Amino acid sequence: MKPKNQRLVLLALAGVAVVGAVILAMSAMRDQASFFYAPADVARQGLPLDRGVRIGGMVRRGSLHRHPDGVTIDFLVGDETPATIRVTYRGITPDLFREGSGVIAEGRFRPDGAFTASEILAKHDENYMPPELTRRGMHKTDAVH
Amino acid sequence: MIAEAGLALLWLAASLSLLQLVLGAAALRPGNEPMVGIVRPVAIAQGLLVGLSFLALIWLFLRTDLSVKLVAANSHSLKPWLYKFAGAWGNHEGSMLLWVTVLAVAGAGVALFEKRLRQDTLIATLAAQAVIGLGFYAYILFASNPFERLFPVPVEGNGLNPLLQDPGLAFHPPTLYFGYVGISIAFSFAVGALVTRDVGPAFARAMRPWVLGAWIFLTLGITAGSYWAYYELGWGGWWFWDPVENASLMPWLAATALLHSVTVLATRAGLRAWTIMLAVVAFSMSMIGTFLVRSGILTSVHAFAVDPLRGAFILALLTFYIGGALTLFGLRVRHVKEGSTFELVSREASLVLNNLLLSVILGLVFIGTLYPLITQALGREISVGPPYFNSAIGPIALALAAIMTLGPMLRWRRDELRALSARIAAPALLSAAVLLVVVLLAPGISWLPLLGLAVAPGVAVASLAPLWGRKLRRTPLFTYGMVIAHLGIAVALAGMAADSAFTQETLVAASPGQMIAAGPFNIRFVSAEPVAGPNWTAIEARLEARRGEGAPFPLTPQARLFDSPPTPTSETSIQTLWDGQLYAAIGDGDDQGRWQLRIWWKPFVTLIWAGGALVALGGFLALIGRLRRERRHRPEREAWA
Repeated sequence: MKPKNQRLVLLALAGVAVVGAVILAMSAMRDQASFFYAPADVARQGLPLDRGVRIGGMVRRGSLHRHPDGVTIDFLVGDETPATIRVTYRGITPDLFREGSGVIAEGRFRPDGAFTASEILAKHDENYMPPELTRRGMHKTDAVH
Repeated sequence: MIAEAGLALLWLAASLSLLQLVLGAAALRPGNEPMVGIVRPVAIAQGLLVGLSFLALIWLFLRTDLSVKLVAANSHSLKPWLYKFAGAWGNHEGSMLLWVTVLAVAGAGVALFEKRLRQDTLIATLAAQAVIGLGFYAYILFASNPFERLFPVPVEGNGLNPLLQDPGLAFHPPTLYFGYVGISIAFSFAVGALVTRDVGPAFARAMRPWVLGAWIFLTLGITAGSYWAYYELGWGGWWFWDPVENASLMPWLAATALLHSVTVLATRAGLRAWTIMLAVVAFSMSMIGTFLVRSGILTSVHAFAVDPLRGAFILALLTFYIGGALTLFGLRVRHVKEGSTFELVSREASLVLNNLLLSVILGLVFIGTLYPLITQALGREISVGPPYFNSAIGPIALALAAIMTLGPMLRWRRDELRALSARIAAPALLSAAVLLVVVLLAPGISWLPLLGLAVAPGVAVASLAPLWGRKLRRTPLFTYGMVIAHLGIAVALAGMAADSAFTQETLVAASPGQMIAAGPFNIRFVSAEPVAGPNWTAIEARLEARRGEGAPFPLTPQARLFDSPPTPTSETSIQTLWDGQLYAAIGDGDDQGRWQLRIWWKPFVTLIWAGGALVALGGFLALIGRLRRERRHRPEREAWA
């Protein structure tokens, strides 16, 4: 094979690899990427039951309960609307998780509308506000009911 | 005074960098050869000055000079000295100064030690390095000055984020930066060689040790960062596909590909344009990483600055450098000669395959990291997490690990398929046997860890193949380096697979006196006691763990509260045994006197970081081996006049 032809073959291979990567990424993304929902979104669009999602908002004051097993909690997540989501989580909460602070949880909705979190995302700043919420024009003070 | 001196040194270094560019560009014009001799000293002086400026910042932090805004905002007089010292780069401005320091020191290193490169290419390389430097000097001097004074002087500083108050801070960021920014040398070499049309084997041999050096630091930095996250965050995980982690992984993937393609260029004069492209891509990934991490578009412990102007500044720099390099590449690529040809079954072909797979993985990480940011800007929130990365990348990474063992078994240029299959028969059989045993003994493991467990031993054995039948004393050191680095990949792979296949997790709310079963261990919760450190107080759970009739050992996870700023953190307790780690974290207490305890038994998890260390060690041996051989074989050259 001439050097020039071999270069063309290699170039074609690289092109195939790039296109393959993009196709693979997009198809994996369709199955695996999770979408973000605020309580208002759920109230408006209904429950996304078919996939894992992320929810976020503020932990309503006075809504945090610990179950008798000592390791399961549930709490309400609210936003600037009256809508809330009840979240159940089994595990140790992040250090800065408390009532009145911002929270993002990953998990699935159950058909009854409650949310089972597989993970509560930890953010390491006491003034943390989920960017997904800040971008919707929500401020920390709004959520402190 | 020290602060002003530091700032003055920084301005001086920036002007020297401008001088380095102007002189370098001038020296490349015909007739200006006498100017060549000045460029090297200027580069060395620039490295020295910015190094001194960085030392000035460290001094200010050690002294806790609160009249400096950065110190007041990020330090505290009662902090242990190690964190005062390392705190100098535990913030936005300081870390950017470290960035540009490494950049200039690497440039000075090239000016001092690089003797093989053609003179005009070296000058062009130093000029390119100066161009990168100028942008980042401008960024620091105009948008994030670390030496800014504060008036009135506060009585006390704000303290350092407690999560960063860990010995890891002294080690992880500088190591990673040496790798991250060290890749800039490869970029400047590539730009230099494009300018002087010097892309060839001699150029590749000169470039290889620099790439190798940066890659070793990058490997070490990523390994250390992974272990730090593992024990500091208390979630039991060692890799979270967090964008900041991906920001360090992407340059590593590109640098790994570059390391292999530069070998093809050095040995067989092949993959010329591709190698240049990879050098550009590798440093582009470093700059994109810097942008992701430092611009504040991500919320993370690494994002110090949340100032949109700074983000825009880095984005502009990044666009300029990547765009400029790609334009130069486009203009000059037709002057880059085609490489020598090779057959389908040859070492070159296996290295091309290695490069393609690494590029695909890089593409997948890149898309997974940046796509959510793009959709966010368009107003649609999606998050891409571990499920995407694991399912998209896992299979390709396994294939890559398998192919990794073929390359060293193949001859350059052409080889026989039959000979190759004879060489891989034994490792392949071993993998199949392990697969069978694991499936029979431990059913129910998901397919990716299962394949990982099976592939790892085969890869480990096959990676030793280059040593089979050779006189071990006469085998060159860089061959040992390659063998150890490849073995390290197999070891790390085994650790990752074992961790995800066999980890056992226990989560309980327990009172003192209670027994807890965690995997093969029986753990007695002795007591929960208040304890205090230099700048924190904590609740410490005293646990006593034993396996069967073995000797008991203590575990003492803590829930800490740091004084300044008042921040709770959890401090894990980890016991390393020969076959894994027992890992404990403590959560909240409740009104019945119970404490949440989370305990993991992680068999062979330590292999992950041991593997990473082996990879870096292999790189180090290869570097020493290459330099030694070159010293021995280098034809006598006339001294630099």
